[in-house]
Amino acid sequence: MVEVKNVSKAFGNHVVLDDVSVNINKGENLVLFGRSGTGKSVLLKCIVRLLDPDKGEIFVDGQNVLEMEGEALIELRKQVGFLFQSGALYDSMTVRENLEFPLIRNFNFTASERLEKVKTALHNVGLEKSINKMPSELSGGMRKRIALARTIISEPKLILYDEPTTGLDPITVKEISELIVELQKDLNITSLVVTHDLICAKIISDHAVVLKDAKIIYRGNLDELTASDDPFLKDFFSMEPSGTMKY
Amino acid sequence: MAQSSRENIEDLDLETKPSDFIQKLNNFFEIIAELSLFSIRFFKNVFIPPYEFGEIKTHMVFLGVKTLPIVSVTGFIIGLVLAMQSQPVMQRFGAESFLPTMVSLSVVRELGPVLTALIFAGRVSSGIGAELGSMRVTEQIDAMEVSGINPFRFLVVTRIIACALILPILTMYVNFLAIIGGFIAIFLSTGINFELYIDSVFKALSFSDLIPGTAKTIFFGFIVGVVGAYKGYNATNGTAGVGEASTSSVVLSSLLILIVDMVLVKITVWLWAV
Repeated sequence: MVEVKNVSKAFGNHVVLDDVSVNINKGENLVLFGRSGTGKSVLLKCIVRLLDPDKGEIFVDGQNVLEMEGEALIELRKQVGFLFQSGALYDSMTVRENLEFPLIRNFNFTASERLEKVKTALHNVGLEKSINKMPSELSGGMRKRIALARTIISEPKLILYDEPTTGLDPITVKEISELIVELQKDLNITSLVVTHDLICAKIISDHAVVLKDAKIIYRGNLDELTASDDPFLKDFFSMEPSGTMKY
Repeated sequence: MAQSSRENIEDLDLETKPSDFIQKLNNFFEIIAELSLFSIRFFKNVFIPPYEFGEIKTHMVFLGVKTLPIVSVTGFIIGLVLAMQSQPVMQRFGAESFLPTMVSLSVVRELGPVLTALIFAGRVSSGIGAELGSMRVTEQIDAMEVSGINPFRFLVVTRIIACALILPILTMYVNFLAIIGGFIAIFLSTGINFELYIDSVFKALSFSDLIPGTAKTIFFGFIVGVVGAYKGYNATNGTAGVGEASTSSVVLSSLLILIVDMVLVKITVWLWAV
């Protein structure tokens, strides 16, 4: 579904991705770990061309993303969902308008069909009653859920999650992670999830990849990863404060 | 303590060096070049469907309503003060009967359009800069882009068109209020009859006064929209960047309005030979 081949990206002299290659199969949930500032979000943004890599190739559903322009790129983006860390809800619109926005512009649904879809999406995230609320009236967890509803309402084939559970309490983390898995199963969505959250990763991941110093240093399943003897991985996944993080 | 303050003041480089001036001039022309590219992008997008007529109408109503109170007060006071200031001078030269002519020509040709545009820039350019800037830094523009929607067409094109269309309407409204303000001032000092005043005003005004004066506000509105949208759309550095986008849009759009006004007045004089 997604093939990232030898992608490099630098901002000035700061290299954030160096010859990175990742494959995600159809229907798979891949979790991407790494310390803050190691280029995880940059990789997600390169996949949807919010950023252009300096080098390498990216294929989504067999199409070379970096060669796409104009309408072709817009068509591709309609098939890809992106859940931003902040939710990125349109703060001048109500929840209903937020969810209807991509439907009005990208599809030819009637008003009643749109409303039905909005209600279903809100039901999926358990927030039917918030339909007429403004984003400013929602809590952090609710915003994330609404953002998730907006992402899935267009029924994308691929969803890129940028830290979907950051800043949430453990119960909400669990709820949102389970929701992601549920949606992935129901709608057969392929997911690439950037997270630091082990609870979230344990619930979601089929496979995991770790980025360090702009390179991928590990790929495999999460259990092997957490049991690894590698000092960096040990420190990264350790819940105890070691005070010796040297990486 | 006092000595340390003096040292601090001495440390400040209050003189503008020639190299600083050249650097600032260079930055100004760089911004003008970027604004030109942004405007070209606007013209490339403006004719591509879907046409967001609903959005344009919403922005026009919002911008009009937002600016209406301040331009109403300003328009009325411009006319009033202009007549009050000119009356003694005109009286000294025995030209008091030309007061309505002077007020109407000054207002319709120059004061109305430019002052309305400057107030509009203060209210609207900063608002657009802050709104789009905040959407940029909170990734709302990115969210729009990744959902397959062209944010430039939806956010930028609609706002620029709304600015260019609403400013001429506001200007005509300000002109009307200024002429009424002028009447009140002249009536209080000379007791002029309203019909005579209006008759003098309309006799003095011709299409060559009204059309260029109003038409140039389309350019001013365009400037306000382009500058605000450019600054907001390209905002960086979080909330500080939003603040910067907001304030710098007012400064830049006001400056450009005055420069473009100078050029347009020259062109108008050359075309109409008035």
